[in-house]
Amino acid sequence: MPTPRPKVGLFVTCLADMFRPEVAFASVKLLELAGFDVEVPQRQTCCGQPAFNSGDREDSAAIARQTIDAFDGFEYVVGPSGSCIGMLHHYPELFAENDPWHRRALELKARAFEITSFLALHLDMDKLSSSFNGKVTYHDSCSGLRELGVKKQPRELLSKLPGVQICEMEEAETCCGFGGTFCVKYPEISNRMVGNKSENIRATGADTLLGGDLGCLLNMAGKLKREGINVEARHVVEVLADMLDTPAIGEASSVGKAGKGA
Amino acid sequence: MEVRSKEFKKSAHIALHDVNLQRALGNLKAGFPGKRAAAVARLPEFDALRDQARDLKNHILEHLDLYLEEFERNVTANGGTVHWCRTAEDARRTILELCREQDAKTVTKGKSMVTEEIALNEYLEANGVTPVETDLGEYILQLRHDHPSHIVAPAIHLTLDDVATAFHEHHHRPKSNDPAVLMQEAREMLRKQFVAADVGITGANFLVAETGSTIICTNEGNGDLTQTLPKTHIVVSSIEKVVPTLEDMTLFLRLLARSATGQEFTVYNTLSTGPRRPGDRDGPENFHVVLVDNGRSDMVGGELQEMLRCIRCSACMNHCPVYGAVGGHSYGWVYPGPMGSVLTPQMVGIENAGLLPNASTFCGKCEEVCPVRIPLPKLMRHWREREWEKHLTPAAARGGIGVWAFFAKRPALYRLLAWSSNLFLRLVGGKRGRIRKLPLAGGWTDFRDMPVPSGKTFMQQWQEQKR
Repeated sequence: MPTPRPKVGLFVTCLADMFRPEVAFASVKLLELAGFDVEVPQRQTCCGQPAFNSGDREDSAAIARQTIDAFDGFEYVVGPSGSCIGMLHHYPELFAENDPWHRRALELKARAFEITSFLALHLDMDKLSSSFNGKVTYHDSCSGLRELGVKKQPRELLSKLPGVQICEMEEAETCCGFGGTFCVKYPEISNRMVGNKSENIRATGADTLLGGDLGCLLNMAGKLKREGINVEARHVVEVLADMLDTPAIGEASSVGKAGKGA
Repeated sequence: MEVRSKEFKKSAHIALHDVNLQRALGNLKAGFPGKRAAAVARLPEFDALRDQARDLKNHILEHLDLYLEEFERNVTANGGTVHWCRTAEDARRTILELCREQDAKTVTKGKSMVTEEIALNEYLEANGVTPVETDLGEYILQLRHDHPSHIVAPAIHLTLDDVATAFHEHHHRPKSNDPAVLMQEAREMLRKQFVAADVGITGANFLVAETGSTIICTNEGNGDLTQTLPKTHIVVSSIEKVVPTLEDMTLFLRLLARSATGQEFTVYNTLSTGPRRPGDRDGPENFHVVLVDNGRSDMVGGELQEMLRCIRCSACMNHCPVYGAVGGHSYGWVYPGPMGSVLTPQMVGIENAGLLPNASTFCGKCEEVCPVRIPLPKLMRHWREREWEKHLTPAAARGGIGVWAFFAKRPALYRLLAWSSNLFLRLVGGKRGRIRKLPLAGGWTDFRDMPVPSGKTFMQQWQEQKR
């Protein structure tokens, strides 16, 4: 009898669920390639970050308890977002140290990984192959970078793909101005920040922008489109998993996929 | 100083469209962060020093009363006097009394943010004492009846031409845009003031408990003339600046200069230890230290205690993309940028400054560069929590979070919300892939397109595939 493969619970993230299901499918594909069984717990919703960053601890804690329960029993929890997984790492702060939930939150934190850092640890990178061909530039999303130390992992993974040429942008580590509710609370400041970012992206001459967080990618793709800058935006897992049939973020579809049933 | 933090959004709007200011902020961005990075790269133990500094500050804050009392004992032993001031008003009155004892007409001032905090200049002027700022940046601001927009480079928001115009108007000399000429002009004007002043007021970067010394770190040397020439030297300092020993002080000096300007060391690091002793060739006859609390002791032992580690280096604002977009004046009070967004609500009330701790994407850059590792995003979130508890969060935001959380706590309903939002966006967006204008989403679509979902929700497709 073969030994059972370790179980990963996929933390889908709201934005992948709603805006770009391919990112979640690509994550599943890569995790399976790395030798894991992947399940999608149905009791998961959002990580709770909008409440947490708005000062609403009560709802944040309620959502945290729900998430902790939903991912009970999985050896790992992996999600395609440094921001959402970073939020899972904040859960212990929501509970007093003598609260049993505090211990459970710490346990979840120890098992929760952002996808590229998880793959860098567990995936035999020689197994990666992708039909992608082109010059890419990589935006380091803030939470992944500063809360989880995601910097070289996605670049290491991409370096295994012969068709990928990375051109680093100026200020790759500077915030794109998304910031969750920040972008609608302070739209003008957010606009300035994403304007600076799209200029730095354009200046690289890359034809594709990659990143590890859909919030930032939706923001930057939306700005690039508005400014008529001809750079496509994708989540890095789409390239790593060779799931490139779907048009890039915000690009028109040629065959009217959007109309295809609901 | 009037608190205008409630106008943050309006001020930010004006700032974003101010061509001169944007040029100045561009210079700031091009200057300080690069210089800091280079200085840090030359000091391999920089991060280890930051850990040491954080731990030492934590220790000091645990024993703040002891170190302050030791400081006072040693100042007194040196022949100086310490004045304990609980409020800004206490501090202003104490300083005025000390000036009156000397029958002072003019006082020279070294650069000091705490005197901005207690609005000292306005108070002295209203009471017949003329303060003269001697730091070049502060001098320019005083001529223009302006206030600092940055804690280290106070006039960073001005252009050379702004300075030339101010000098021309006040010095009654032909206008020149040559920095060397302007510098010489300021020097001539200030030289007279240094000699004429009855009292010199400086801030302090650190207070040294074991010797009763205060230190100022400057790059112009103006502070030295301010504190050595007049008969009386008044040091105004907040209480958290105390450090146990001279050696401890040097740890912070190494971090301060590198974090602030990228210098290995500030040009002038001048210690003041009591008044002139018999046989000394110079120095003031009277030495006073005015210790300002102004809400700080309330922070000790609370969630904001870590903010008291701040050594006022300005690295957080130099690296903050929000500060870099809107400049310091937008913040509407004395302390701008991330450190100001934590301190201002403490000092003027969260009900007057709630927009500041919200004006952050929590990108974490400020914490990344802070020499004493203050978790600034966490402390800004602390204020958002206080706002939420006090129902000060704007109704639309609170309502929005409330509705969203109702769904987020109910997985089945959340699926339905995701499904319907996804369908709605796809119907509106059609095959174009993006939406240019969306009702109720103007904050987004005024400036950028809204990408359309690429297909049905993942959860929907996953369920379908499993069948």
